[in-house]
Amino acid sequence: MQTTPTITVDGNEAVASVAYRLSEVAAIYPITPSSTMGELADEWAAHGRPNLFGTVPTIVEMQSEGGAAGTVHGALQTGTLATTFTASQGLLLMIPTLYKVVGELLPFVMHVAARTVATHALSIFGDHGDVMAVRQTGAALLCSANVQEAQDLACIAHLATLQCRVPFVHFFDGFRTSHEVRKIVPLADDDLRALVDVEAVAAHRRRALTPDRPVLRGSAQNPDVFFQAREAQNPFHRDCVRATVAAMERFAQRTGRRYAPFAYHGHAEAERIAVVMGSGSACVRAVVDHLVARGERVGVLTVRLFRPFAVDAFVGSLPPSVQRLAVLDRTKEPGAVAEPLCLDVMAALRRAEQAGTATWTKSPQVVGGRFGLGGKEFTPAMALAVFAALAREVPPPEFTVGITDDVTGLSLPYDRAFELPRAGRTEAVFFGLGADGTVGANKSSIKILGDATEMHAQGFFVYDSKKSGAMTVSHLRFGSEPFDAPWLIGRADFVACHQFAFLDRYGVLDLAAPGAVLLLAAPFPPERLFDELPREVQERILELRLRVYTIDAEAVARAAGVGGRINTIMQVCFFALSRVLPVDEAVRRIKESIQKSYDKKGDEIVRRNFAAVDQALQHLHAVPLPGVATATRCRPETVAAAAPEFVQRVTAVMLAGHGDELPCSAFPPDGTWPTDTARWEKRAIATAVPVWDASICIQCNKCTLMCPHAAIRAKVWQPAVTSAPADFPAAPFRGKEFGEANLTIQVAPDDCTGCGLCVQICPARDKGNPRHKAIDMTPVREVRDRERARYAFFLELPDVDRAAVAKLDVKGSQLLRPLFEYSGACAGCGETPYLKLLTQLFGDRLLIANATGCSSIYGGNLPTTPYAKDAAGRGPAWANSLFEDNAEFGLGFRLSVDMLTQRARKLLRALAPLLDADALVDDLLAEHDRTDAWIDAQRRRVVALRQALAALPHPEAQELAELADHLVPKSVWLVGGDGWAFDIGFGGLDHVLSMHHDVNVLVLDTEVYSNTGGQASKATPLGAAAKFASRGKAVDKKDLGLMALNYGHVYVASVAIGAQDAHTVRVLREAEAHPGPSLVIAYSPCIAHGYDLVFGADQQKRAVQSGVWPLFRYDPKVAERGEPPLVVDTVGGAVPVAEYMRNEARFRMVERIDPAGFRRYALGAQQAAARRMATYQHIAQLRFPSVAAGETKHGAEPAPAGPEA
Amino acid sequence: MELTTKYLGLRLAHPFVAGASPASDTVERCVRLERGGAAAIVLRSLFEEQIDRDALAHHQAEFGHADAHHEARSYLPMVDDCVFGPDEYLAHLREVKRAVSVPVIASLNGYTHGGWLEYARTLDAAGADALELNLYAVATDPGESGDELETRALAIVQAVRRAVRMQVAVKLSPFYTSLANFALRLRQAGADALVLFNRFFEPDLDLEQLQVTTSMELSDSRELRLRLRWLALLSGQGDCGLAVSGGVHTVRDAVKAILCGADVVQVVAATLRGGPDVFGQLRDGLWRWIEENGYRSLGQMRGSMNAARSPDPKAYERVNYLRALQTWRGELDS
Repeated sequence: MQTTPTITVDGNEAVASVAYRLSEVAAIYPITPSSTMGELADEWAAHGRPNLFGTVPTIVEMQSEGGAAGTVHGALQTGTLATTFTASQGLLLMIPTLYKVVGELLPFVMHVAARTVATHALSIFGDHGDVMAVRQTGAALLCSANVQEAQDLACIAHLATLQCRVPFVHFFDGFRTSHEVRKIVPLADDDLRALVDVEAVAAHRRRALTPDRPVLRGSAQNPDVFFQAREAQNPFHRDCVRATVAAMERFAQRTGRRYAPFAYHGHAEAERIAVVMGSGSACVRAVVDHLVARGERVGVLTVRLFRPFAVDAFVGSLPPSVQRLAVLDRTKEPGAVAEPLCLDVMAALRRAEQAGTATWTKSPQVVGGRFGLGGKEFTPAMALAVFAALAREVPPPEFTVGITDDVTGLSLPYDRAFELPRAGRTEAVFFGLGADGTVGANKSSIKILGDATEMHAQGFFVYDSKKSGAMTVSHLRFGSEPFDAPWLIGRADFVACHQFAFLDRYGVLDLAAPGAVLLLAAPFPPERLFDELPREVQERILELRLRVYTIDAEAVARAAGVGGRINTIMQVCFFALSRVLPVDEAVRRIKESIQKSYDKKGDEIVRRNFAAVDQALQHLHAVPLPGVATATRCRPETVAAAAPEFVQRVTAVMLAGHGDELPCSAFPPDGTWPTDTARWEKRAIATAVPVWDASICIQCNKCTLMCPHAAIRAKVWQPAVTSAPADFPAAPFRGKEFGEANLTIQVAPDDCTGCGLCVQICPARDKGNPRHKAIDMTPVREVRDRERARYAFFLELPDVDRAAVAKLDVKGSQLLRPLFEYSGACAGCGETPYLKLLTQLFGDRLLIANATGCSSIYGGNLPTTPYAKDAAGRGPAWANSLFEDNAEFGLGFRLSVDMLTQRARKLLRALAPLLDADALVDDLLAEHDRTDAWIDAQRRRVVALRQALAALPHPEAQELAELADHLVPKSVWLVGGDGWAFDIGFGGLDHVLSMHHDVNVLVLDTEVYSNTGGQASKATPLGAAAKFASRGKAVDKKDLGLMALNYGHVYVASVAIGAQDAHTVRVLREAEAHPGPSLVIAYSPCIAHGYDLVFGADQQKRAVQSGVWPLFRYDPKVAERGEPPLVVDTVGGAVPVAEYMRNEARFRMVERIDPAGFRRYALGAQQAAARRMATYQHIAQLRFPSVAAGETKHGAEPAPAGPEA
Repeated sequence: MELTTKYLGLRLAHPFVAGASPASDTVERCVRLERGGAAAIVLRSLFEEQIDRDALAHHQAEFGHADAHHEARSYLPMVDDCVFGPDEYLAHLREVKRAVSVPVIASLNGYTHGGWLEYARTLDAAGADALELNLYAVATDPGESGDELETRALAIVQAVRRAVRMQVAVKLSPFYTSLANFALRLRQAGADALVLFNRFFEPDLDLEQLQVTTSMELSDSRELRLRLRWLALLSGQGDCGLAVSGGVHTVRDAVKAILCGADVVQVVAATLRGGPDVFGQLRDGLWRWIEENGYRSLGQMRGSMNAARSPDPKAYERVNYLRALQTWRGELDS
């Protein structure tokens, strides 16, 4: 048994546990990678877990980080202990409040999982860009380098702020520390109780704003006093270092773990020293040990308390022998002399020298380097390069490490193959599928080893950016001795590949050490397995002399009834092969873990998982290896040879997992990226795909409309095409507009996710065998080659002439080429069908401003993106600014487009006399409905105009030629989720709607913050469980549509494509045609609703039929005609709301937790639906009187109101 | 006139019992049933399969997408008290027990051997006054013979009966090849009573969508006939209790069932249509009928028309064809 109790947690949990216990109020807002801290606090509060003071903290989710900061500020002012958790843009939104909190000396700690701030691109990964943006507020900045420190310094920050009243920003590296799972020594309640100064808490409470002792804060001061008052605060900042050191000392006395503002490690007479902050310091430390052992005089100074910068402590930490310092900053401050930490170090040295406190004889030389931006790995090889650079005769004054900078030449070369020796440690990597539970099982393995044995364990988890069919890579280290290795594994002793298909697509064996164990989940008997491998994999296995084992995990999982969750099966195999624990003990502990995890989720779950565990070992086999590679098959090319140059040179490298190797010159310097790249990434993730039966199809095209991935398409083509594959299916097109034409509905077998929505929605059944529909899901292995060939031919067929499509309804719209395809959205995503439809209707003239969220991730996360181009090279132009500013950002698009159009029209009018083409000019300037035929004609007129302009030597003619495309109207769409539109971006959205500009807003309403994991938004409906509403949301969703239609001039509609597809198509067209602002709120099923999304359309129908999701259109121009402007397209009440609710886990789990509560919510939701419908129907009766000029009662003009009348 | 009845070791004020239905889904409804005059209340079945399906569906919703993307550790809140098991049913049982003074009979529909046993024990421990085992299954497996199916059912009944303190009734469907034999073996396996019969959800077709729909129609008096036959045939064989379920809507229906041997008359559809007061009306109506028809006691009338005592016992065994032929012959003779 262990003497010291330990726990196995990630950085977020370690920190949240301390913050929760030392706080009374937490106001939070989800943002990656800090969301987990708020979620845990909310879960604990929901379970009634008390804080250290015996009360359950109040956890509130706000509408933005700005809101969270404001709430915390108010709570602090009125005497409670308050905290918050955030990162990146969230921290930036808190800056104004942070100035206030510092200025008012309110003891406060916020915990930051430090993350890159979006610049040329968004990055969710870790660097110090965000915390560096709050240096100037005066908050103390305390940095933790690993999970244990994150817990400990969280506590120290809370202790110190109470003493010195300076607010603290406690930060640690996003993902690297926030998500690293480690075994740590926990802080017990008794520890915290012993450490917290209750008198300081009481003093804080005594300063509370209260009418019992009234004071005023936040006055406005004039030039006579502001300056002095600001300086009056100096003693508190001066005292902050002392208070922190004192807190660290008290902490050490209680726990034995000793911290200091700066920690030196290395040779006692070091000459070359690296200064570094955060998780990177452990890497430098490891290299220092390595170099010192070889006799080199090197060291590392880890910065913990960055601000206030304690010059004396810093100087005192440096060995007097220091000659050269490399200061490593995990941030970039373009234009600065050096990065912030480096500048502070330089200033501190100079200050010490001036003060005469310097211990060195010759002023040390200081160089500054950047590392790890945007979550870039920082490895011992890179740290080694830093010391090598310091040893140069003239060290580079400014450098980067970890990349190849062939643009400005700043990067240090490093040996990618370098690995530090790691005796006594097992390192294992696991390649899994997002949905197969690999990460969860690995977390369980770490807990098993960490909690039940003396071993030390660590885990990092890397995911790809896709939400369907995503690969996860788990990096696990185990050892009997403590270690701190915050970098990914480079040479693993154990490599497990849980998906056989990955071997074709990724360099799974790149991470294998010679002689390592390779465990493959594969649907082949062991004696056949080797022959099924691609040649490169076979050769590598033989070259590295790997020991190979296999299990048909899917078959075992199927037999045990655990579906595709092969995780526990593979976990058993790992323990059996790695021998880190006796296998019997491992099995026992895995079962304990299953029992613990799923106990309350039902006996059947436990029973099935036990069965999976029990079966695993019997099906694990060693793979016999021949002496030579036998395969004739090689790994397929990452992208097809036909891909454009950029895709070959850049995208393909990223897809292969080698993006780290791309040099700076590979990238456009302003973040501009080509569209139309998703089609080069053939993911082949479906196990079954739809196959079309032309003889049954009724040509409704609903299948292609509903497909979230544009992976099933319809095309009309002329039978004259003779190159069709012999069996290429087609049916005579039912319609006259294309003459004698064929229709083909075709699946893209490598792009389909296998969600089944198309088959579910298909209304056409074989009369003789109604189980057979016009499309049926078919195992992909039976049809892949055939369907690949068919799809290749299908794509070659010319697109239909847009202008020729008779009617842009469901059927007609689906004959148009989607310009949003193969996104990485979840299988069955409810959002993407709307976007795809949008690109079919307006894609060739579409500008999208996209709020951050799911739609910006599947829309714009590299390596490939789904927005595409048509045959003419036109397609949606897309940009993401931020989460909160998207409405304003999109308005900017509109203003700009209008300005350029206006300029083009002005130039055209001015140049008209010179052009000698009056009819052309008149036609170009004429107003017209934006039909496809007219747009096509206008484009042809623009071509003619350019030809005419080419003959004019006038400089304005040149300008017009460049602007002429703006004579073709552009469609500006502001796209985002409910988090944006209902919450963080509502202020801006409301303002944009209040204006007259022609912008179209598409709100993809999933009723939660989907991207960050299902936190409640103001769109979350009554009774739905969501994070921060885990027992059911107590109030109904905000009626955004009703609010918007109050303006009167806004086109407002609510749609549900799965319930009434024709209505959706009509609404998008009406919204686009409306000359002012339009708002379309789109019901979007989401995995966060908790049901199989193959039933997404059925559930949309229930939502509409029950009245929970009314469909309506409010068209201002109808009001102008004196008709009721609101048309309610559904009546509701056809299905009980409870029936709709019972189909989704988000509601059903509330029923499990609190049956009476559920009944109350169901009744409330039914009443709310009825109330909403009654309100709409009331409005739908309204006829607004049409008042023409001169018809007012009191005279020709309306009487002016107010005192000026 | 004394209407008290013994059933499953319980002394009931009269034979009219609220059968398993939504009418007992809430405590308030149970109180209304008692006030309306129900002599006992059978709760709706605890469905093992439903619990497992709910649990599996929730498990998939909760864990199917967890730990699959950088930005979300899960997509639904992880809540400890969202439990999947019989807890809700047990809590309901306990609350109903506290709220009413008439006996409360739990009902169970298992689908695994372990599930039958464990849930039966749990219901026993939670204070159910008796248990109704709902052997509700459509035999669809061509690989399983009738004998195998019956043997499996008997094993369950035997195991459950041994495992619990309370008495156990078995609710049957009429679809057994040799119902009389099966009933005998059920008694031997320990069944304290038989409930005749279960009613199944029945498939229907949606002609527009070409889909199968399922629904349960409320019974009417015509369904009583099948039950009368089997009450009469099984009545008087040993001391096994008999309850009729399905088809009793009027006092006359109830009288027929009792005359054929029913100890207890379960009423569902009449309650759902007419409200809980139907129990009082049936009780009073039965009382009047007994009085008006000169029976000394309920015991005297119970089973008096069963196969052992009725003047024409063979009538219960004949098929309609034969009976019709005789009727016609008789008319010719006269």
